Amino acid sequence: MSEQIEMAKAAIEKNCKLNDLDVNLGQLQLSVDPANLVPVIDFVKNDPSCEFKQITDIAGVDFPEYEKRFEVIYHFLSFRFNLRLRVKTQISEEESLPSITSIFPAANWFEREAFDMYGITFTDHPDLRRILTDYGFEGYPLRKDFPLTGNVEIRYDEIDKKIVHEPVKLQQDFRNFDIQSPWEGTKYLDKEAKDSE
Amino acid sequence: MAINTNIEETSPELERLKKLYADKGFVVTSINNLINWARTGSLHWMTFGLACCAVEMMHVGTPRYDVERFGAAPRASPRHADVLIVAGTLTNKMAAALRKAYDQMPEPRYVISMGSCANGGGYYHYSYSVVRGCDRIIPVDVYVPGCPPTAEGLLYGLLQLQKKIRREGNIKR
Repeated sequence: MSEQIEMAKAAIEKNCKLNDLDVNLGQLQLSVDPANLVPVIDFVKNDPSCEFKQITDIAGVDFPEYEKRFEVIYHFLSFRFNLRLRVKTQISEEESLPSITSIFPAANWFEREAFDMYGITFTDHPDLRRILTDYGFEGYPLRKDFPLTGNVEIRYDEIDKKIVHEPVKLQQDFRNFDIQSPWEGTKYLDKEAKDSE
Repeated sequence: MAINTNIEETSPELERLKKLYADKGFVVTSINNLINWARTGSLHWMTFGLACCAVEMMHVGTPRYDVERFGAAPRASPRHADVLIVAGTLTNKMAAALRKAYDQMPEPRYVISMGSCANGGGYYHYSYSVVRGCDRIIPVDVYVPGCPPTAEGLLYGLLQLQKKIRREGNIKR
């Protein structure tokens, strides 16, 4: 298997414009600029020493403190060589990524999900609309600045005979569980004792 | 309604009728009892399985728990159903569909809320996408606690609903 990894790695290294390429826990991992994303993915799909024919997932990560806020990670699987590959790319909030639906039709819904959850836009996507959240939903729930309970909650209005959206009003406050037992010597009690001294 | 529904089981008139017809192959009862018997004895439920609770709801229908001995059977259409079992997490996106299903049910209709999620949001109480209790959308008759409730739990809930119907015991609802 390691032979196949080395072959695939050499082929990718030779033919693609990459920022970074290494093998992590027996899996290939590479980083590209958004501009080079489509040719790189096209290459790893069709090259005879790679053949990453299946897209497993597209994942998003939000780093609000970074200049390029979103990291998008494409996961691929090669049946032929029993290999897995991760392709990472970073974009800022204003930029958009090229869609890879022309290469992998299965990426269609993955990209829609990334758009739904993070607001990452994909150019040339055939049908970029929300996929999981409620009809008329506003905001991007997996961004770090999205409140846990969201902005609206729903109930059925007996007078209007329809479901209405209202600002969230929690009947019970958030609870903060402290699972450390004071009888077994907690760290925070030690710290408080030191601070008071 | 013209029929007197307030006749007691032990009224002298009923006793007289019972005596008159008992050996002639008839059973005499009050209309109230007859209606309660009919209602509680055929609680066909609308399956509204939304999550893992749905699996326990299926178990209730299997021979081991055998809810059909109480005359109940699962129905796929709300128009055939008497009771709606909300089994699982009700999300915001599903809420309109739940209300629509409920509105299509013929009267008298009853609702069993099954499991923590349907009762009050449960594990997902603070989530942005989950309704904090299905009673925000439809009126609920019986709440079955648990995560998920056992099949016995749901069966007990169904029996509690029968009890409730018997207690209310009138034609109008």
